[in-house]
Amino acid sequence: MNPWSSSKEAVAAPCSRCGGWRLLGPGLLWTVLFCLLPILVVLAVSFATRGTYGGVLWEFSLENYRDLLHPLYGRIFGQSLLLAGMTTGICLALGFPLAYYIARLPPRRQALWLIFIMIPFWTNFLVRTYAWIFILRTEGLLNTALMQLHLISTPLDLLYSNQAVLLGLVYGYLPFMVLPLYAAIERIDPALIEAAWDLYADRWSLFRRVLIPLTKPGIIAGCVLVFIPSLGAFLTPDLLGGARSMMVGNLIQHEYLVARDWPLGSALSMLLMLIVMGSLLGYFNAQSQQAGERGER
Amino acid sequence: MRKQGLWLQGMSGLGMAFLYLPIIVLVVFSFNASRLSATWQGFSWHWYGVLWHDEALLAAAANSLWVAVLSTSLVVLLGVPAAMGLERLRGRGKQALDTIMLLPLVLPEVMMGVALLLFFVMIQWPLSLATVVIGHAAFNLPVVIVMVRARLQKLDPRLEEAASDLGASAWQTFYRVTWPLVRPAVLGAALLAFTISLDDFIVTFFVAGPGATTLPLKVYSMIKSGLSPEINALSSVLVLASMGLVGLSLVHQRR
Amino acid sequence: MADLSIDIRALVKRHGATLAVDHVSLQISRGEFFSLLGPSGAGKTSLLRMLAGFETPDAGDILIDGRSMAGVPPNRRPVNLVFQSYALFPHMSVTQNVAFGLEMKRLPQGEIVERVSATLELVRLSDKRDRMPGQLSGGEQQRVALARALVNRPAVVLLDEPLAALDQQLRQQMQTELKTIQAQVGLTFVCVTHHQEEALALSDRLAVMQQGRVMQVGRPEDLYERPENLFVARFVGVSNEVRGTLTDVDAGEGTLLPGDVSSSRVIRVSVPAGLHSGLQVVMTVRPERIRITPGHVADGGANCLYGVVETMRYIGSEWQGVVRIGESLRWTIHASNTAAGSRPVPVGAPVSLQWKSDDGVVIPLT
Repeated sequence: MNPWSSSKEAVAAPCSRCGGWRLLGPGLLWTVLFCLLPILVVLAVSFATRGTYGGVLWEFSLENYRDLLHPLYGRIFGQSLLLAGMTTGICLALGFPLAYYIARLPPRRQALWLIFIMIPFWTNFLVRTYAWIFILRTEGLLNTALMQLHLISTPLDLLYSNQAVLLGLVYGYLPFMVLPLYAAIERIDPALIEAAWDLYADRWSLFRRVLIPLTKPGIIAGCVLVFIPSLGAFLTPDLLGGARSMMVGNLIQHEYLVARDWPLGSALSMLLMLIVMGSLLGYFNAQSQQAGERGER
Repeated sequence: MRKQGLWLQGMSGLGMAFLYLPIIVLVVFSFNASRLSATWQGFSWHWYGVLWHDEALLAAAANSLWVAVLSTSLVVLLGVPAAMGLERLRGRGKQALDTIMLLPLVLPEVMMGVALLLFFVMIQWPLSLATVVIGHAAFNLPVVIVMVRARLQKLDPRLEEAASDLGASAWQTFYRVTWPLVRPAVLGAALLAFTISLDDFIVTFFVAGPGATTLPLKVYSMIKSGLSPEINALSSVLVLASMGLVGLSLVHQRR
Repeated sequence: MADLSIDIRALVKRHGATLAVDHVSLQISRGEFFSLLGPSGAGKTSLLRMLAGFETPDAGDILIDGRSMAGVPPNRRPVNLVFQSYALFPHMSVTQNVAFGLEMKRLPQGEIVERVSATLELVRLSDKRDRMPGQLSGGEQQRVALARALVNRPAVVLLDEPLAALDQQLRQQMQTELKTIQAQVGLTFVCVTHHQEEALALSDRLAVMQQGRVMQVGRPEDLYERPENLFVARFVGVSNEVRGTLTDVDAGEGTLLPGDVSSSRVIRVSVPAGLHSGLQVVMTVRPERIRITPGHVADGGANCLYGVVETMRYIGSEWQGVVRIGESLRWTIHASNTAAGSRPVPVGAPVSLQWKSDDGVVIPLT
């Protein structure tokens, strides 16, 4: 089931059908024009050829997609998938205890904690990434502090590495994991936890046999919400990563603005989009499959 | 079972600290008197002063504000009716429409950026501040739609029926009944869209024309060209502004 | 001393400033079906949760099979709870739900399969063993919850308003089933309910609670026929009351001088031990023990009050009515509907109400 669709009963508002279309019209037009259409353009360009000075020659070719099979691109894609996957895993490991804790607070405190979790997310991503540069670079805060405390003698090389990128990604997308997890945990009937306890479960069994299965939709939602943006990340690897930390986002930018090979860049974008859409489809599938399993249809 | 283990409390506290540490560090060190950013050498407003006198920066800030105001207005004007329209529609097309309208939310930003760039080039629309406004409006639209719809879904559908039963026209129903109830959500969404627009980098990066520098673009070039404590000060301003705006939006929503 | 399953000693529980459980002591024997009856806020649910281990007493102790439960968490008590909302794990089938407790105790797989099968047969759900809770009706869910508790053969089975969510028909049916099952397995059942009929029907013994205190403990007949205080008299059935002074107490019998109604007749009562002449008391009579005769009976002997019928309602199996005696005293009467079309007495008619002195219970006014 589409998680965004309304579940209310149909209500006959005055002239609902035509009214609905008239209201939706402008917004729909805008989205089609400035979102859908551009994507179709990218799709089209991905099958075209690069002109001599950049630009596009409208000659149909599958060259670009074949170029994608080049090991260089393959490596970058693979690295992106790996980094996105690790980010998702770490966010899950950190996010679950946090979400569990919040879900069991009294309601007023819950709201407060949730607001505090979301606020960093809504502040400037660029600035927050810069903060990590400030902390991690050789003359940065961490190294200066450690050296002043005489814990190290030479500065640590923390920045411009895959680890730094990982840190930046986890930092950026942790709230995206916490919120759906919290929603799922909060929805669990507390009587179920008590029932498990009453039936001799220890903490680990409670977690494994009751909590995890019951929060599975939330876990999957959180993973999808972290994986997708991480995969397409641009700023984080650009600012925090080293020469070998290139991810798909950087590659696309490179092809478009540096190498000026728009068709190739488009093909890369389409591949990225495919993976993203695939993950989403898998997510929706998992949701409806789960409801079916529980006999809730 | 309201008592939480110490381990859980500790982990959660650490998690929160992790989230806020960089921001706090940034703000604190923006007051650092020294040029060598990482050692504390005394409190000073100096770098804020430098900011204030940086012409290029102020121009970029003005641009950011313009873009934010324009794109937010667009998004509200398009999004509120769109949300209402989506709520009213039933039938099989609904699913597809939902997906289309909410598409920008799931697209990686890079994708949006390059797609728009390509699009503008194809239709030969020169890049400028206007293209930035268009881009922001495109990806912020779903944000408004989602937030307004959430509020609409909580509304008792009988209210509109009652109004029309009492003789109100469609416009009157909207103006006197629906709008006052939906207004907090709209304001909240507008504030959020405004903040997102102010902070946006990637899409702006791809579709901004020459001279159409916004604040985030300026920060990016400052970072790339070498660090200066000025950036800390600028960052602090941006962060605190965002936090303020978002806080306002959330507080408003709770009513 | 008989085989004590549960020994509750001076249990105290505070919720904020209020005493939810006020120095309660109870002894429950092994194999008993025991109920805690009372209105909401009486403290019975708190008591139940303390037995299960989900709440810790502020004072006092609970011993199960002689062992103190102080500091023992729920997952290590020989107690299982049947939740009011059933709390079935939605992601597990019926079999998996029932097997859960046994799996937690790490019993061998063969034994688990055997016991689960046997218990499912006991609650007549063998054919639904692979269904998910979402596919079951309310009554079936309830039986799964019961099976899930029974399969572990705990020392005590706790039931929290077990029949509250069922409709009338199902309720009657489940009452019988519950009683049968309990007799078959022979385990101690402690049931919490606010439904007095149910408590009387199911229990070997019950305790009536009010505001954290036990008002009376005993067998259903004891509580119904010989309530020890007004609260129990009123809660466990309908109470028709006359206040007055006790006189002529002699060998278990005495006379009541009514205070709130004038009567030329004498009211004879049976007097429980320990009460003496001069005490202010209330006499209470159950509606079904009152014989209604139209008109004013002249030579009825003792225990006869005259009144006027105010209301008379037909509820199928009987007529229920209110008779006004004197200025302001009102008594409820029940008259069996022995023949179709017969109304016992019309509204507004004078009647005589008579009862045997054994049926009038005397309760001292404190």
